[in-house]
Amino acid sequence: MTQSQTDLRNGPDVNGLFGAFGGRYVAETLMPLILDLAREYEAAKIDPAFNEELAYFQRDYVGRPSPLYFAERLTEFCGGAKIYLKREELNHTGAHKINNCIGQILLARRMGKKRIIAETGAGMHGVATATVAARFGLQCVIYMGTTDIERQQANVFRMKLLGAEVIPVVAGTGTLKDAMNEALRDWVTNVDSTFYLIGTVAGPHPYPAMVRDFQAVIGKETRDQLQAQEGRLPDSLVACIGGGSNAMGLFHPFLDDTSVEIIGVEAAGHGIETGKHAASLNGGVPGVLHGNRTFLLQDDDGQIIDAHSISAGLDYPGIGPEHAWLHDIGRVQYTSVTDDEALDAFHKCCRLEGIIPALESAHALAEVFKRAPTLPKDHLMVINLSGRGDKDMQTVMHHMEQSQQEKH
Amino acid sequence: MSRLHTRFAQLKEQNRAALVTFVTAGDPGYDTSLAILKGLPAAGADVIELGMPFTDPMADGPAIQLANIRALNARQNLVKTLQMVSEFRQDNNDTPLVLMGYFNPIHKYGVPKFIADAKEAGVDGLIVVDMPPEHNGELCDPAQAAGIDFIRLTTPTTDDVRLPTVLNGSSGFVYYVSVAGVTGAGAATLEHVEEAVTRLRRHTDLPISIGFGIRTPEQAAAIARLADGVVVGSALIDHIANAKNDQQAIDGVLSLCAALSEGVRNARK
Repeated sequence: MTQSQTDLRNGPDVNGLFGAFGGRYVAETLMPLILDLAREYEAAKIDPAFNEELAYFQRDYVGRPSPLYFAERLTEFCGGAKIYLKREELNHTGAHKINNCIGQILLARRMGKKRIIAETGAGMHGVATATVAARFGLQCVIYMGTTDIERQQANVFRMKLLGAEVIPVVAGTGTLKDAMNEALRDWVTNVDSTFYLIGTVAGPHPYPAMVRDFQAVIGKETRDQLQAQEGRLPDSLVACIGGGSNAMGLFHPFLDDTSVEIIGVEAAGHGIETGKHAASLNGGVPGVLHGNRTFLLQDDDGQIIDAHSISAGLDYPGIGPEHAWLHDIGRVQYTSVTDDEALDAFHKCCRLEGIIPALESAHALAEVFKRAPTLPKDHLMVINLSGRGDKDMQTVMHHMEQSQQEKH
Repeated sequence: MSRLHTRFAQLKEQNRAALVTFVTAGDPGYDTSLAILKGLPAAGADVIELGMPFTDPMADGPAIQLANIRALNARQNLVKTLQMVSEFRQDNNDTPLVLMGYFNPIHKYGVPKFIADAKEAGVDGLIVVDMPPEHNGELCDPAQAAGIDFIRLTTPTTDDVRLPTVLNGSSGFVYYVSVAGVTGAGAATLEHVEEAVTRLRRHTDLPISIGFGIRTPEQAAAIARLADGVVVGSALIDHIANAKNDQQAIDGVLSLCAALSEGVRNARK
């Protein structure tokens, strides 16, 4: 393929739309805040002082750049493509989430906000938010579904250690979407004091674009690092997708490079055909939720269906609107892997590379195990290892015990 | 003349405010909900807001969240909600009925079909919480073209700069959400409401209804002295939540409605 330049990186338009997706579908109480946030963000983005401070915290606090690591043993095992891991799990707090949190907390401070709220699924965004709130001395309230609290207790404790208040959300299935509803209710109630630090590339404009911009450091570094190590662009990129922030961060700087094949991996849970999954693009249809038009898991009446994934971070019935658009225009391929496939990849990564990946990232790895063996040895494949698996010990242990019992 | 326009004009002549009641369609089940709906006008409701259940009511407090869950558990859906309006219209042709909810079920139903079916059923207006004027082309404009009013929420955060944007394309009445928060939250002070009404009057001739946090006949009467309409929802719904059986739910809602109505009717005497 040629290196023809297109303009896929210019979105969204002034109304926050990526094609037919995105927008600002929020209650009127929030509209003035969202318009204000968009103005503040546009100003900050081009302010050299803001960018210098952001770069400083990315380097000395988060620990960037994260390494681009040649995974020699994974490559040998697969026997095909040359596999590189973008080591986002080495960031402070153990995942890519902090990239966005540092950006938004600097913006919150610039706007004079004193109170930070956030939703969290796996707890990684909650931990990253609690971390930056502690660093800047701001009050922090985290909404987390009761199901997620149960399966991510270590992260709940971490948030509390960092001084955050963790509010359990019992509504719905007690997962990420319910936490997001409750955070929106808090925001609508505390409009003057509060900054809502959304953790993924979803929600009303400007969040999808803003979170993407803060995460795009992943792709920009990857580009430079691979150039230094291999002297060229990657042939393919692979990342897991719940809301889609780690994927968008890796993908965005490469969208106009038509030679780069881009693959997003959704969580198929027990299998898309079972209905128990979190694959909004592969198993959903367009709709409007949480401030944006995007692909959603929903029934014939437009009621939202609860997502299912072994990975709490992917357990969301929607997806960022820019992904919905990239799916629509066919620039990015969106595939899916099941809980079992992700677990298998999780174990392989532990044994082959001595890296315990987050279950979220294990979904991307599972796709690599399917894809890499079929590709030539000069094919350069970059996988976003978006988080570390320490938080998932309980879930994996539980699952191993269950499969032991099933064997007996 | 739309039913909303006619009703507010009549009440203005009588020098009293409208009692606007909110219940969720299908809560706690279709038949009971329909009995409540049919009983509301006789119990003194001047305008009826009927909630379209949704799994993720982001702007609602616990009372209406639970009402949504009860209705959905009883298999309420948008088709049945429109059917409920049709059944209501069989013996009521003058009480304005406004559907209130979130956009996704309408989006899934299909906007053109929804507007046609809502008109056919006898719906007079729509309040769609997550549909700001920035997205007027998707629902507000086609609804109004079909003769269905589109009622906007204005809030304490809607400043003078934004108000014209919000009011542009509003019809029927203006719903002032008196506190920044979710439904069922604490009430605003009367001073705040009075100021807000004065401010809104500078921008619009539409009737102004005040909602959020109004629970008692006394509160309703106080608001009725200041505004053209008083909206009560969560307090009515609490009678459904606390009822031991369906008859109690019906009686509880309708007796509170009657008491609120008396408060509103006597407010300016």
